[in-house]
Amino acid sequence: MYQFNYHRPSTLDEATSLMAGAEDGVYLSGGMTLIPTLKQRLASPSDVIDLGAIPGLTGVTLNDGTVSVGGMTRHGEVAASDAIPALADLASRIGDAHVRNRGTIGGSIANSDPAADYPAAVVALGATVHTANRSIAGGDYFTGLFETALHDGEIVTSVDFCVPDAAAYEKFPNPASRYAVVGVMVARCGDCVCVGVTGAGACAFRATALEEALATDFSPGAVDGVGVDHSEFNSDIHASAEFRGHLVGVLTKRAVARIG
Amino acid sequence: MEITLTVNGAARTVDVADNALLVDVLRESLGLTGTHVGCDTSQCGACVVHMNGDAVKSCTVLAGQADGADVTTIEGIGDPDALHPMQEAFRDNHALQCGFCTPGMIMSAIDLVQKGGGSLDETAVRDGLEGNLCRCTGYHNIVKAVLAAQSSM
Amino acid sequence: MASETGIGASVKRKEDARFITGAGNYTDDINAAGQTYAVFVRSPYPRAKINGVDTAAAAATDGVVAVFTGADLAADEIGDLPCGWLVKSKDGSDMVAPPHPPIATQAVNYVGEPYAVVIGETLEAAKNGAEAVDADFEELPAVVDLATAASADQIHESVPNNQAYDWELGDKAATDAAFDNADHVATVDIVNNRLIPNAIEPRAALGEYDAAAGTYTLHTTSQNPHLERLVLAAFVNVAPEARLRVISPDVGGGFGSKIFVYAEETAVIWAAGKVRRPVKWRAERSESFLADCHGRDHVTTAQLALAQDGKFLGLRVKTKANMGAYLSTFASSVPTYLYGTLMAGQYTTPAIYVEVQSLYTNTAPVDAYRGAGRPEATYVVERCVETAAREMSIDPAEIRRRNFIQPGDFPYDTPVALTYDTGDYEASLDKALEHIDYAGFGARRAASESAGRKRGIGFSCYIEACGLAPSQVAISLGAGVGLFEVGEVRVDVTGSVTVVTGSHSHGQSHETTFAQIISDKLGVPFENVTVLHGDTGRSDYALGTYGSRSLAVGGSAIISATDKIIAKGKKIAAHILEAQEDQMEFADGTFTVVDSNQSITFPEVAFAAYVPQNYPLEELEPGLSEKAFYDPPNFTYPAGAHICEVEVDPDTGVVDIVDFVAVDDFGHVVNPMIVEGQVHGGLAQGIGQALLEHGVYDDTGQLLSGSYMDYTMPRADDLPSFTVDTTVTPCTHNPLGVKGCGEAGAIGSTAAVMNAVTDALGVASVPMPATPETVWRAARGE
Ligand SMILES: Cc1cc2nc3c(=O)[nH]c(=O)nc-3n(C[C@H](O)[C@H](O)[C@H](O)COP(=O)(O)OP(=O)(O)OC[C@H]3O[C@@H](n4cnc5c(N)ncnc54)[C@H](O)[C@@H]3O)c2cc1C
Ligand code: FES
Ligand code: FES
Repeated sequence: MYQFNYHRPSTLDEATSLMAGAEDGVYLSGGMTLIPTLKQRLASPSDVIDLGAIPGLTGVTLNDGTVSVGGMTRHGEVAASDAIPALADLASRIGDAHVRNRGTIGGSIANSDPAADYPAAVVALGATVHTANRSIAGGDYFTGLFETALHDGEIVTSVDFCVPDAAAYEKFPNPASRYAVVGVMVARCGDCVCVGVTGAGACAFRATALEEALATDFSPGAVDGVGVDHSEFNSDIHASAEFRGHLVGVLTKRAVARIG
Repeated sequence: MEITLTVNGAARTVDVADNALLVDVLRESLGLTGTHVGCDTSQCGACVVHMNGDAVKSCTVLAGQADGADVTTIEGIGDPDALHPMQEAFRDNHALQCGFCTPGMIMSAIDLVQKGGGSLDETAVRDGLEGNLCRCTGYHNIVKAVLAAQSSM
Repeated sequence: MASETGIGASVKRKEDARFITGAGNYTDDINAAGQTYAVFVRSPYPRAKINGVDTAAAAATDGVVAVFTGADLAADEIGDLPCGWLVKSKDGSDMVAPPHPPIATQAVNYVGEPYAVVIGETLEAAKNGAEAVDADFEELPAVVDLATAASADQIHESVPNNQAYDWELGDKAATDAAFDNADHVATVDIVNNRLIPNAIEPRAALGEYDAAAGTYTLHTTSQNPHLERLVLAAFVNVAPEARLRVISPDVGGGFGSKIFVYAEETAVIWAAGKVRRPVKWRAERSESFLADCHGRDHVTTAQLALAQDGKFLGLRVKTKANMGAYLSTFASSVPTYLYGTLMAGQYTTPAIYVEVQSLYTNTAPVDAYRGAGRPEATYVVERCVETAAREMSIDPAEIRRRNFIQPGDFPYDTPVALTYDTGDYEASLDKALEHIDYAGFGARRAASESAGRKRGIGFSCYIEACGLAPSQVAISLGAGVGLFEVGEVRVDVTGSVTVVTGSHSHGQSHETTFAQIISDKLGVPFENVTVLHGDTGRSDYALGTYGSRSLAVGGSAIISATDKIIAKGKKIAAHILEAQEDQMEFADGTFTVVDSNQSITFPEVAFAAYVPQNYPLEELEPGLSEKAFYDPPNFTYPAGAHICEVEVDPDTGVVDIVDFVAVDDFGHVVNPMIVEGQVHGGLAQGIGQALLEHGVYDDTGQLLSGSYMDYTMPRADDLPSFTVDTTVTPCTHNPLGVKGCGEAGAIGSTAAVMNAVTDALGVASVPMPATPETVWRAARGE
């Protein structure tokens, strides 16, 4: 690890001003992504600003059809929540128990790893990402590989999810890292069907062709006729773009079947 | 910087670099070498300790994040004359060979059983130990040990 | 009937008390006052000429104590890392090994090869220094593909065609004739995937130099500290043996990867002398991936010739073996004497011919990894057998039965140079079939089918050769070292016992097993036996642990020493009891005069030996401490039957192991609990090879599977619980009748899994590892 200055602010304002004053600062929440990166000297921030002591950033609350998850809420806490079972299920499948005991939703979506799980929920569950002074619609939040609509120094304070009529998350884990090779969140709200896909592309996206087919006929069979264009999909030693494309279809069917 | 934490029941104040990890504090500052380091990508679980009641990878916690925390390591759960039931179960079921993964495995297993409400089956134990690699045992006896400890803990 | 702590009892392990309480003492747990830290600067290129290494900026970095390049080692006449087994090619010529300086001097030949080492006051300072080392590399095209390596760019000036050797074994003419007469020929094309060992404890070293005494002490993660010392002294020239002590404290797994003498500990111990301070190094996992020796990596075509009735007539095997960039310590022996010699398997195949071309590539060196050659051989034989059975519509269990060497045939000379001493292969197969409920398989398959899943069953009846021996034969075949083991039994004044073994435990449980043997043989309470190992300062020259040899060879040495103790004890007892030596009997810790009630206990005899009052000093030395060197007359031949049942999800290609049965014949078993544990661990590694693990380099020579993010280690939820059982035919030529169990799981299981996967899919072959995409494609007929 390179040297850096460690800070532990106790308010959001203090955190943002520390960030503004730092030559090359970085926020730290669960550290499950940042610390391995630092350990391997893949990043050399001048300052690490730990958000862990700022009160009011944790918890899962249900209000009027919206579930609000504090930015510093650990995966384990979401996994144990019951407002949206599919979201809890998704969180319970992130990493391992130790990762879930530390990693946070804010850190996960700020990082925007193409293989992370939460992004599937952010795009499929009508999410709104809140920062200290603005709100970003889930559909606009992920902008590319490890890229988001966050401005420099902006902190994710909470993420709101609409409670769907029904939803299910299906994950095909990378056999080595256990991140998602492909993850699909299918949600149904009235006549509307959302299919959020993570792992397959540069960042999470909604599979609109699948959504349309399922809106007309919400059954696993409806997925069969829909081709998934995998030309822009990721490809690595674990799965080719073609296989990822195939998995999007399979996982969507399984999620639909689980919803019933 | 100076941090104060409770380790195995005793308050400890240590002077550490800003970029020190909890595992460095334990192994180097406090000489608690039972907590091991087996990887650099936070995957192997050899370094697992309990922090504020949760199993965490001490290689992926900055010392500063542990300021004020209550930490328990393998050295703090039992000793040869008064073993923790999980330690006992590991020995009785031959759940270790080289012993390198063992401290992390035991700490993870204790957390798993404590939170499992007594209802863990083989699949749940295998899933629950996903974050701990063992190259020696093929996990067979580890799973047996954890299930045995569930009844004795 | 075994006593509670004697031979045959599942005694709980002595070593556990420290490991479960965090009191283990691994190399990285040891620190020396004033120690410095070493960081190796590693090549980012798979192949490049080194035009120069500028260390000035590194040396000027804060906290850097010293920076050394290959030239510094060379100037000190530090020699190359040698390969200890000289293999000859078909034409009688010696194998060709390129120079292998510990720290590269002229060229780097794999990603991760060290070309400088920085010593720092702290690890961080050393890392900073390492980043400041500036090398001028001239990149060259890398040779990565094994199949075409022989005709690719020449990597080493001294090695034409990148070939280490082109070796053969067996009777070519007889094998050709067998094929001419065959009714059926089954052909398999196999790639035996590269594996990366990944003991959970990374390699580490702490080197210390005592300037006043001129002595060096190296603590390191070695499976065989004496070999380490021999090589460092005699070949690498660090210090004479007498002034170099190598200690392997607790070692966190090895699986072969910690047998070898590597660049890092060489540089660390040498540098300790240079900087006159202790030097410590611990590999980060990413370094382990790059720079531990890898395993396997073969490309093979094999053909089995059969008669109409399924009898095997001949086997022909042609293999290319990847050596990586250099010949590691025992690399040359793995695809030859530990591979070709196993091609008879459990069968009476009368004619076998094996050719192995070993080639260099710009990848990490490849050497022994759990099983070493024998898993590769088993994979070849058992894939051939299964393929033939399917092609000829003979039940796979039945075809094996028709070809087994029968119990009455032993000792059995194979056409590939081995003499099997004993075995009963059908007994193991029968037991395994019962455990798996072979008769019920059809119904289970139908049930899976109706749930949309494909079920398959696969067999593997493996043989292995353990306890590499005898020394003279091995040396005549090119081994550079003897293959005996030493054991010392020191009886204390009060009758407790200290055993010093040259064998090394890094998970194998010597402290327990060897104590059981002593307790059993000498009647000394188990808790009064202490086993020491892993220190050249403590035991005589020894060979350490590899090839499942600890009990068969190391244990036999201890038995021999124990026999000497008993013999001497009888003399002492006879003197004290005023009887004749040949009237003395020894059992259960008591010397008795036959047909009398006169007796004396073992502790009393020990006391008399050390307080020699009533003692025949004129004929007998005082003391009761004996040592023995044991050189085995033959290998031991564990064998067994592994059966795997899988379910495949055709939509995702995910393979689920629903049942795995291993029935092994290890001869007599000293501690069944420990033996089962060894089998479990081996199975996990063999299954890992079949389904999960793959060391992958891209076309340019970069390692793609260089961390746990991409190299799939078997985890708890990847594996089932195993059904493990044994049959027993005692080894005929060692005193315990034991065969060795450390590698069997890894040797037998891989083929069983792949035979099950191909059976489930109804396809001829699936490449390893059978990852979801690979299986999905195979299921689609791609
Ligand atoms: C072994 C292992 C397995 C894993 N498996 C999975 C998996 O299966 N699926 C999965 O989705 N993830 C997985 N992860 C990643 C894990 O979920 C991380 O917790 C998560 O990606 C990052 O969250 P964090 O709180 O740890 O963030 P950190 O590591 O602390 O930070 C990550 C990045 O986000 C920034 N950041 C953090 N918090 C905020 C905030 N509130 N606002 C703005 N920026 C912020 C940081 O500056 C940093 O750049 C795994 C990690 C590990 C170590
Ligand atoms: S050392 Fe591997 S997870 Fe911490
Ligand atoms: S006991 Fe050796 S790694 Fe688990």
